[in-house]
Amino acid sequence: MSLDHKAAKPAKSPKMSLGFLKSNLRDYAMLLALVVIMLFFQVVTNGVLLQPLNLTNLVLQNSYIIIMALGMLLVIVAGHIDLSVGSVVGFVGAMAAVMIVDYKIDTTVTVLVCLAIGGLIGAAQGYFVAFFKIPSFIVTLAGMLVFKGLSLYFLNGRSVGPFPSAFQHMSNGFIPDFLSGTLPASAELNLASLVIGTLTALALVYTNVVQRRQHQKHAYENEPLLVFYVKNILIVLSIVYLSFLMASYRGLPNVLVIMAVLITFYTFVTTRTTIGRRIYALGGNEKAARLSGIRTERLTFYTFVNMGVLAGLAGMIFAARLNTATPKAGAGFELDVIAACFIGGASASGGVGKVIGAVIGAFVMGVMNNGMSILGIGIDLQQVIKGLVLLAAVFFDVYNKAKA
Amino acid sequence: MNIILEMRGITKTFPGVKALSNVNLKVREGEIHALVGENGAGKSTLMKVLSGVYPHGTYTGDILYQGEVRRFRDISDSEHLGIIIIHQELALVPLLSIAENIFLGNEQAKNGIINWGEVYSKTAELLKKVGLKEPPSTLITNMGVGKQQLVEIAKALSKQVKLLILDEPTASLNESDSNALLELLLEFKAQGISSILISHKLNEISKVADSITVLRDGATVETLDCHAEDISEDRIIRNMVGREMADRYPKRTPKIGEPVFEVRDWQVFHPIHADREMIKKVNFHVKRGEIVGISGLMGAGRTELAMSIFGRSYGQKISGTVSLHGKTIDVSTVQKAVANGLAYVTEDRKNYGLVLNDNIMHNISLANLPGVAERGVINEMRELKVANEYRARLNIRSSSVMQQTVNLSGGNQQKVVLSKWLFSQPQVLILDEPTRGIDVGAKYEIYCIIQQLADEGKGVIVISSEMSELLGITDRIYVMNEGEFVAEMQASEGSQEKIMRAIMKLGQDKSGQQTGEMVQ
Repeated sequence: MSLDHKAAKPAKSPKMSLGFLKSNLRDYAMLLALVVIMLFFQVVTNGVLLQPLNLTNLVLQNSYIIIMALGMLLVIVAGHIDLSVGSVVGFVGAMAAVMIVDYKIDTTVTVLVCLAIGGLIGAAQGYFVAFFKIPSFIVTLAGMLVFKGLSLYFLNGRSVGPFPSAFQHMSNGFIPDFLSGTLPASAELNLASLVIGTLTALALVYTNVVQRRQHQKHAYENEPLLVFYVKNILIVLSIVYLSFLMASYRGLPNVLVIMAVLITFYTFVTTRTTIGRRIYALGGNEKAARLSGIRTERLTFYTFVNMGVLAGLAGMIFAARLNTATPKAGAGFELDVIAACFIGGASASGGVGKVIGAVIGAFVMGVMNNGMSILGIGIDLQQVIKGLVLLAAVFFDVYNKAKA
Repeated sequence: MNIILEMRGITKTFPGVKALSNVNLKVREGEIHALVGENGAGKSTLMKVLSGVYPHGTYTGDILYQGEVRRFRDISDSEHLGIIIIHQELALVPLLSIAENIFLGNEQAKNGIINWGEVYSKTAELLKKVGLKEPPSTLITNMGVGKQQLVEIAKALSKQVKLLILDEPTASLNESDSNALLELLLEFKAQGISSILISHKLNEISKVADSITVLRDGATVETLDCHAEDISEDRIIRNMVGREMADRYPKRTPKIGEPVFEVRDWQVFHPIHADREMIKKVNFHVKRGEIVGISGLMGAGRTELAMSIFGRSYGQKISGTVSLHGKTIDVSTVQKAVANGLAYVTEDRKNYGLVLNDNIMHNISLANLPGVAERGVINEMRELKVANEYRARLNIRSSSVMQQTVNLSGGNQQKVVLSKWLFSQPQVLILDEPTRGIDVGAKYEIYCIIQQLADEGKGVIVISSEMSELLGITDRIYVMNEGEFVAEMQASEGSQEKIMRAIMKLGQDKSGQQTGEMVQ
């Protein structure tokens, strides 16, 4: 960043804002790309994309990818990769189905056990990667085969379902409208959802303002005031608008709440905690991190455990959404998850990447999937286009870096 | 004597920076021409212009080589005419053999099939010329840095070199390897090969150079003919820095107290070859406010000693005790060593010291994150304050603490690493080659920081290959050779000859034999 302290003072000139955007191109370009892609599909699908029903579907369809992208981001930032997550989704989904449907085990117990299974799988793989220094590519490639095979074994080739409604709610449920009745019934609006959305937006803006104030007090580099205003207004507008849209269908999906909580949590962990900082240092230069007193092996191990738990959660959400566990569940998910991280600006060599980038990357993929399906574009062409978008995003990244 | 190379009015600009402005350089045939200047003076840029890394058209001015104006489009153009550049960071493939490396890109092949017999016999011939006795099939990774440098030179010879450019060739070499290399240059000179030698080491330059060109801030200051007049080192330094350097080492009166840090019977074995004793029951101590130097040749075991003490980061089967203020401390992991007040500033700041793609602030706090955090949550404002304090205190030149460390000069990078360890509040600092690859001005600043630390009552250990540096800034010097201390002397009573004698006395019968290199 080329900004000095002078530029950190509130700037009113649009020129300075432009300069700021230019030097932080990467951070804004992906968000811009997402907006452009959404507008594009909104137009060519004649407004179907942002119809309340479709928007809700979009969230439901991408929830498990986004949840796993959070864990994958940490793994990639630490300098590794996890190819097994798709198989783990299938395996944990299968375990959930076998436990609940075949053995009639209580839902809550099942959920907790399944999260633990995910964690154990992550621990097993992380153990080999962290302590035996076997490349993660190989360990998780092995894991991919193993867990794909195990889910086939446990399901015995069957599709197992349906799940009790409590389990389904994890994925297909909506926030109950505890404010119902305050509006005339004709409004058909889940008021609680709209209120929650609005409050979330305001809370975000509030934290941004507090942080900016604090930064200013300490002469910390800030974005120009104009950029700050525009950014926050856009945040409020889009969150309120999107929650309004969903409120006018059935409200905020439960899984969106889970996602929002996780995104907030992982953003906090990566940007504000010592453990997050250490993961970036580990990925940026493992030797320097180790000589600075960071337990690099343990840290690597934990990033894999974390990934496993999130893959387990995603596996249950996916099974709940389909209401069955099938032997083919999760196949190919790892590619979408990894692509989301790289589109979102993570570096394959480690040390670089943001949670919010991975989330935007996942939505870029998701909106394209959804939009192209609405347009009736075949799965063949969809794959080609998604592949090219991934390449273009990373090319843009590398090209930008080379120019700087 | 004929002029082999003349660079006239070379000007090269990067976006926003004028790296070279109207630089002139004249190299006579068969001479050793030294190019000196502080880091960032434009030496490397000039050599990149010459070798075609920056192709014709990206700079203004003319390159006359062997009497003709040349327009190099890339490196292969200049190599074709016998201009070979050997970079500071060696460009050898570690897991290939000497022979494979020498003929890499220039394979002795017919129709794509390599004639190994020819490769090996030619390699053997080249190795003889540079004085290497290794068989051509030796893997590069098994050789020391000094010998790798010689392989690079053999590679240059294989390309019919006429003008050899060496960028800081002795930066990572010890005294005897450096001397061997300089001898080799003199030999080449006798054979009519010209060389351009970029170096920070003035004693080497005065030993071999026929003429010296001094660059400062991207411009030629002057060219000196070493045969026409007697040139003092002070004059060169004055030209380089553009100011009078009264003394290369800051003066100080040490206030030495009781022993602070003591290492007893420290024994370490090689991390792979478990029967190879790398550190042979070493004893040493540091007193309060004292700067202790550890001198020795490359491979003497100095870095191995330091890293094995610092959290067993090197070696196996480690035994011995480390004590601080008379109490034995646990240094079995880096965390414990740091917690017990040790800090180790590595000799290799890019690979072991810094997270290069991260900024100054994050690098400074890395070894002591709890110091800027509460219950695992980082207080950004406190972190910023700390970073700004060290930036001011150590005079780290940067646009702000948000600047990525990869964009800093060597001296400023070193200051960031020092800041990191100062912030970890150590009692004892081990500084491994703290001024390697750093220009004269920044060196002086680093020396001041080191002395200031000692004056604050910390124990400081400085490992250095530059004997004059150790003699200049330390109070007491241990001489290390082949894993043990062979001499100890007060710096005021020491001299380079005395140190060398201590090493040679023991190494006489084993000279030439490869000493243990660090394996990571």
